[in-house]
Amino acid sequence: MPPTSPASAGAQVAAADVAALAAGAAIFGTGGGGAVHTAQVVAEQVLLENGPVPLVTVDELGPDDLVMLMSGIGAPTVGIEMLSSRHQIDLLVREAQAAAGRPITALMAAEIGGSNGVSPVGWASRLGLKLLDADGMGRAFPSAAMVSMNVAGLPCDFAILSDVVGNVSVIKTIDLHWLERHARALTVASGSICLGAHYPMTAETARGAVVEGTVSAAIRVGHALLSASEPVAAVAAELGGSILLTGKITDLDRRTEDGFARGSVTIAGTGADRGRLQRLELQNENLVVLEDGEVLASVPDNVTVIDAETGQAITTEMLRYGQRVAVLAWACDPIWRTPRGLELAGPQAFGYDLTYVPFKETTR
Amino acid sequence: MNRDLSLGVDVGGTNTDAVVIDGAGRVLASTKQATSDDVTGGIRAAIAAVLAQLGEQRSRVSRVMLGTTHATNAIVARRDLDRVAAIRLGAPAATEYPPLLGWPKGLAGLVLAGSAMVGGGHMVDGTPIAPLDRDGIRRFLDRTEGFDAVAVTGIFSPSSPEQELAVAELVREHLGPHTRVFLSQDIGPTGLLERENATVLNAALYSVARSVTEALVTVVAEEGIDAVTFFAQNDGTLMSLDYAAQYPVLTIGSGPANSIRGAAHLSGAEHAIVVDVGGTTSDLGVVVNGFPRESTLPREIGGVRTNFRMPDILSLGIGGGTTVDPRTGAVGPGSVGHRITEQALLFGGGTPTLTDAAALAGAVVGGRSLPSLPPVTSALLKTALEDARQQLEDAVERLSLGRADLPLVVVGGGGFLVPDGLPGAGQVLRPEHGDVANAVGAAISLAGGRADQISSLHDREAAVAQASEAAVAKAIHAGADPLRVSIVDILETPVTYTDHPTVKVSVKAAGPLARLGEKTGA
Repeated sequence: MPPTSPASAGAQVAAADVAALAAGAAIFGTGGGGAVHTAQVVAEQVLLENGPVPLVTVDELGPDDLVMLMSGIGAPTVGIEMLSSRHQIDLLVREAQAAAGRPITALMAAEIGGSNGVSPVGWASRLGLKLLDADGMGRAFPSAAMVSMNVAGLPCDFAILSDVVGNVSVIKTIDLHWLERHARALTVASGSICLGAHYPMTAETARGAVVEGTVSAAIRVGHALLSASEPVAAVAAELGGSILLTGKITDLDRRTEDGFARGSVTIAGTGADRGRLQRLELQNENLVVLEDGEVLASVPDNVTVIDAETGQAITTEMLRYGQRVAVLAWACDPIWRTPRGLELAGPQAFGYDLTYVPFKETTR
Repeated sequence: MNRDLSLGVDVGGTNTDAVVIDGAGRVLASTKQATSDDVTGGIRAAIAAVLAQLGEQRSRVSRVMLGTTHATNAIVARRDLDRVAAIRLGAPAATEYPPLLGWPKGLAGLVLAGSAMVGGGHMVDGTPIAPLDRDGIRRFLDRTEGFDAVAVTGIFSPSSPEQELAVAELVREHLGPHTRVFLSQDIGPTGLLERENATVLNAALYSVARSVTEALVTVVAEEGIDAVTFFAQNDGTLMSLDYAAQYPVLTIGSGPANSIRGAAHLSGAEHAIVVDVGGTTSDLGVVVNGFPRESTLPREIGGVRTNFRMPDILSLGIGGGTTVDPRTGAVGPGSVGHRITEQALLFGGGTPTLTDAAALAGAVVGGRSLPSLPPVTSALLKTALEDARQQLEDAVERLSLGRADLPLVVVGGGGFLVPDGLPGAGQVLRPEHGDVANAVGAAISLAGGRADQISSLHDREAAVAQASEAAVAKAIHAGADPLRVSIVDILETPVTYTDHPTVKVSVKAAGPLARLGEKTGA
């Protein structure tokens, strides 16, 4: 099962935890979610200046608390050049408060995977807000509609986008597919990169609609990765997952279709796995792992390719011929295994004509 | 008289190598000297040694090319660095990320005199983010004290260069025409923080680069040879001395680039995998069309993330001096380095090394033979050699990208560690003069330049033309013959989240050096 033990009372994220959070968020990125390095250095700096951020559970939220989902949205190629403004996040939260008619008291990562899992801790520190030990995916997914609140049937009252020059837009759409469409158009107008706040939630609406415990889980996984003498095994154990194969990349096929980077990777087993061959299907994230025509793991369950020695996550765009890797899989949050969850993020939602088989640690 | 000789020098951490090559590419003289602490002494000794080998032919030398790790060493040792005032154009964008974020504290304190984020910069489509804040820049220059140079980084300046150029002019108007100003558009592609880091490092290296360029000019003058001098840069091309003083950061990585180009030249292979086995490491790279394949990943120099182009090098901790654990047979990570002639078993010392392992397996090293060893030591040395070979085999296979037909060119003093048959590679070539491949690479280099452009897909051809023109201009500025410069590489990357299909193009130009060196002798 996925890590669901949330932060204990009085828990905090300190500057010294950010490197572990970033390493863990890269694992939860399941191949996507963007590079964590830039987000990591700025969050470390902000936490050093402002002190640690309180990490709270849904149960610790009071009746006056209001949580906002936060994320960056846009083109990675532009995101490495046109970085966010210092006031962008202030504007976003100010407009969100105006739209909600009450103060925002806590932030939550829209996705724990990749840089979007790391940045909110810096923003919470700067604004003096709490960070909810949860996110909307439990991993990284490419579309705004693929969030747990959508699975839970929670409507999104409004969304706010702010750009680097100070433009702010309040968007009220009929559903998340329209939100994705409008947010994309505004992002393009803003120079291909924006910050977004959406899904205002109370303690009551958040319960059962968010994936809990993922910030503390990412930090734990990151600490295991950075400190263990056998990082690959330590990461798998911390996630309650399995190593499907240890081997090397022997084939890499990439293509761009409909604005997504699709591809497949062949990994040949080495050592104890010699003679075995697995194929990994990609679309920004890792989607399906096959061996001898059999699906070993697929979305919405989690698959991350990690360096066979260091255990560090390798994003899909960083995969290279000849790399020594381990294929790591672990079960998704139960919310994704509901009929609505599978409709939004199961194999068929990504265009694969195959039936979802829940991943169990014993699979192999 | 035919003044067709080129003298190449490569200053490494341990050795300074020099060669002289004739117009047909033949090696006429070569030497290996110890690198001196002041760098100049080693350069002087190496140049004097090859000129002595040439005898009366010395006046045929018309060009001297130098490759050096001096800039890298200055950053790593935090030595002789200039102080820099850093200006970022782009506010309010990127203000969440102040300049030099994430630098090692000691280095940032040493280098940075002050920084400002002022209004300016461009969006991906060229739209200004904000009007250029000229007053803000003047105020920053007035309130900042004790800087030697100014580094300017504008958001999307690689594709919209005009603002950075305007700021260079403004700074010189305000502080005087000789103020040193460095622009990020000349240093690296998109990737704001990494390009800014590289630009600030570059500005900080000016005096260091000056001292090496002056040392070279002095030595050449002392020797009385009438030659034009050049520096090797990290993409396997050359730049003029003036250009090297302006862009010293581009000399970082020239060692591996020279080694790859030199190995390709000596073996005659235009496409190959090259392994340079030294005393401490083995550096592997790939040569494509005679040039080193470049890495697309950010690199750390002295703890600072940078994004300027570097050769795609895989370094293994395997060299002739690499130690073998006498209890477990584990390879490295330590090395006896240049003390191998005292400490290795083969030389009567007490430390088992990979050289000893190779000698045990039958390699002839310096005509010496091993003392008799206890069986357990022999067994461990065998294990260690097998481990080293396995690592080399994995690395070769990884660099080959699945092509098993590329020849493997072996150079460097520890080349005997590489066996003749490695699965994953074709024929193993061990060219003559491979021990000075670095200096050969410096001597045969072309002059080059690179430029980037982001544009709409339907203006793609215009963008390629514009970037090509800029790359050719940079190559000519670096010393290429305007009549023989050509485009050697065009790379296109799609940009997502745009309202029309957008592409980034990156163009590299290179050409033989203008034959300026012959003007007095021809």
